[in-house]
Amino acid sequence: MFESKAGILFIAGIGFFALAFVSNALVPVLMYRDLPEQTAEEVVNPKLLYQVKELSWRFPVAFEEHVGAPDEDDDAAWKETAASLLRLGRQVYIGEGCWHCHSQFVRPVSNESKRWGPVSKTEEYENELQRPVMFGTRRVGPDLSREGGRRSSDWHAVHFFNPEWVSPDSPMPRYTWLFDGSPQRPNKRGLALIAYIQWLGSWLDSYPYYEELDVLREQDF
Amino acid sequence: MITNETTSTTTDPSELVDERLVRWYFLAACTFLGVSMLGGLLMAFQLVHWNPLNGIELLAPGRWRMVHTNAVAYGFLANAFLGALHWAVPRLTLHQVASRALSYFIFFAWQAIVLLTAAGIIFGPSLQTSQWVAAAASKYHLAMSLGAQGLEWGETPFWIDPVALLGLALVAYNFMVPIARAKPPLYVTMWYFMAAFVWTFLTYAMGNLMPEYHVAGTSAGAVGGLFIHDLVGLFVTPLGWGLMYYFVPIMLKKPIWSHGLSLVGFWGLAFFYPLNGIHHFLYTPIPMFLQYGAVIATVAVELVVTTVIVNFFGTLWGNGRAVVTNLPVRWFYTGMIFYFLTCLQCAMQVTLTFQKLIHFTDWVVGHAHLVMFGVFSMWLFGIMTYLFPRLLGRNWYSHALLEWHYWLSALGVLVMATDLILAGLFQGYFWASLQPWDVSLVGSYPFWVTRVFAGLAMFLGFLCFVYNLWMTYRGVRSPAAEATPASATWLG
Repeated sequence: MFESKAGILFIAGIGFFALAFVSNALVPVLMYRDLPEQTAEEVVNPKLLYQVKELSWRFPVAFEEHVGAPDEDDDAAWKETAASLLRLGRQVYIGEGCWHCHSQFVRPVSNESKRWGPVSKTEEYENELQRPVMFGTRRVGPDLSREGGRRSSDWHAVHFFNPEWVSPDSPMPRYTWLFDGSPQRPNKRGLALIAYIQWLGSWLDSYPYYEELDVLREQDF
Repeated sequence: MITNETTSTTTDPSELVDERLVRWYFLAACTFLGVSMLGGLLMAFQLVHWNPLNGIELLAPGRWRMVHTNAVAYGFLANAFLGALHWAVPRLTLHQVASRALSYFIFFAWQAIVLLTAAGIIFGPSLQTSQWVAAAASKYHLAMSLGAQGLEWGETPFWIDPVALLGLALVAYNFMVPIARAKPPLYVTMWYFMAAFVWTFLTYAMGNLMPEYHVAGTSAGAVGGLFIHDLVGLFVTPLGWGLMYYFVPIMLKKPIWSHGLSLVGFWGLAFFYPLNGIHHFLYTPIPMFLQYGAVIATVAVELVVTTVIVNFFGTLWGNGRAVVTNLPVRWFYTGMIFYFLTCLQCAMQVTLTFQKLIHFTDWVVGHAHLVMFGVFSMWLFGIMTYLFPRLLGRNWYSHALLEWHYWLSALGVLVMATDLILAGLFQGYFWASLQPWDVSLVGSYPFWVTRVFAGLAMFLGFLCFVYNLWMTYRGVRSPAAEATPASATWLG
C-alpha cells in the first residue's frame, strides 16, 4: 500500500489533501455559514456617505468629471455611487499591491488594540469586498482596518500623489497615475481608492488616534 | 506528431528523453528568474528611497512585487521543474512521456500563461477604468479586475485561471502515462512526483476559485492560507525532494541510506504538511482550535523533515569530500542545510509566542527567501550545473564562473535571510512598544540597505551563470578549462 501506485494516488494524493481541505477550510466555512455575506451596497454607512459627499465638495471638478454628481438630496443615488466607488477602490487596492505592505486586521496581542482600536472580528469581513479577504501579508506601513476618518481626504490625495510630502520617512511609492497631473485632480481610480480607505473601519463607533497616545507624548524623540 | 513504437521498453536514454525540450525549459526558467530578480531589486531600491523609476505607472513597485513572486513560482520553479521532470521521469520509468507533441504544446502554453499573468498584473490596473472593461464587468457581473487577484501566489488574473488549470491537467496526464506503464516497485522519486501532480492541480483549483468566488472574509482567509501553504508544500516541496532522491544517489554512486526513512519522509509530509494551512493567519478571527491544530501539525512537519535530512546525510556519510569536489552535490547539500534551518525556524515561528512578535515583519520575508532561493533554487541550479554539459554535449566554458555563481548565491541568500530575520525582530519590538510608526521605518533602514546589497550579490551570481551559459552555448572553451581536465569528477 505505502509504495503502490494506487496507495500514493488515492491515499496521499487525494485522501490527505481532502482531509486537510475538510479540516482546515471547510470547517471554518461551515462554522460561519449563518453569517450573511453583505454586498457593497449593504456596507455603505452614514459615515462613508458623508465622506463620499465630502469628496464631491473637495474635488468638485474631478468628481463631476469622473463619477458624476447625483442630486444633493437623492440618498439612493449617493448610496449607489458610494458602492460603485468601493468596488472600484478595492480593485485598485488589490491591483496596485497595497495589500502587500498594509494589513487589515488588528490582532489581540502586541498592544495592537491600543494603537489601532478594537480587535478584528469575523463579522467585519463578511462582505463581498473581502472576497478574497484582505488580511494582508506584511506591514511596511501601518494597518489600515481602522484608517477610515483618521485623516482627511485631501491628506490622502497628497499622500498618494507623493507620500514623502506628508510623511518624509515613508518608503511608499508615488501613485501619480491616480491623478490628472496634480493632487487637486484625482481621477476615477484615485477617488475610488480614497473612498475605499475612508470606508475601512467606518462601521465601528470609534477608535483611538494613536498619534495622541499618552505613552507617545511622554517620550522625547 | 510523433507516434512511434518506442513507447515500449527501451533503455537508450536518447530515445526516451527529448533533450531539446529540457534545454528549452531551463532557458525559459533562467529568463523568468532574471525578470523576477529585477522585480525584487526594484522593490528593494524603493524601500531605501533609491528607486529612480518611482512614479512610472508600468514600473510600479507594487505591481512588480507581484511579478517577482509569481515569476519565481510559475516562471522559474515550474519551468525548471518541468525541464528536470522531462529528464528524470522517462529515465526512471523507461517509457516516453505520453506525447511529444503534447509536451511542446504544454511548453508554449505554459510560457504564454506566465507571460499573460505578468501582463495582467502590469497592465490590468491601468485598464481598470477604460470603457470596455467597465462594460464587460457590469455585463458579466465580474467583481474582479483584469489584473491581479487578491491572494498571494493566486494573483493570476481570473481569465488565465482556467487555462492554467488545463495546463496542469495536461502536465499530469503527460507524465502519469509513463508512470502508469512502469513496472513496480516504484522508486521514491516517483511517489513524490505522482502525488505532486495530483496535489498541484487540486491546490491550484482550490486557491484560485474558492476565495475569489465562493467564500468571503475569515473563511476565505482559511482557504487562502491553505492555498499558499499547499503551493509550497504540495507543489514545490515534493517535486524538489523527488529530484533530490533521483540526483543525489546518481552523483554519489550509491543508494539512499535508508528505505524506511524514505517512507517516513514521504508519508509524513503527505499527512502533516497540508494540515498546516491556517498557521499563516494566527490570531485572526479564524477559530482558535483550528489555529492550535495547525501549530501542532507544523511542529510535526519539522520532525518529519529531520528524518529526511538524516537520511540524506546518512547517504553522504563516507563521501563527505564530494561536497568540496563535486559542485552539484555542493549545491544540493547546501540547499538541504538551508532546508533544515528554515524548517526549524518554521517550527518556532509558528508558535503563538513568536507570532506575537514577528507576524507581518521582515522576519517572514527572510524566511520566504531562505526557502525559495536558499533551498529550491539552489537545488535547481545544481541540477542545471550538472545537466547543461550533457544537454549541450560540451563542458562548461568556465568553472571559476560556476564557483562564483555558487558563492555569490549562497552567501547572498545567507546574508539576506539573516538580515531580514533580525530586522523582523526589531520591527516587532518597535510596534509592540507603541513607538510612532516612523521609528520602525527609520530603524529598518540599515537592514533594508544590507538587503539591497545581498540581493545584488545574488543577481551578480546569476549573471555569472547566464554569461557562462552563453559562452558554453557558443562553444567557447576558456583557457583555464582546457588546463583542468579533471572536470568529470568535479561535475559529477
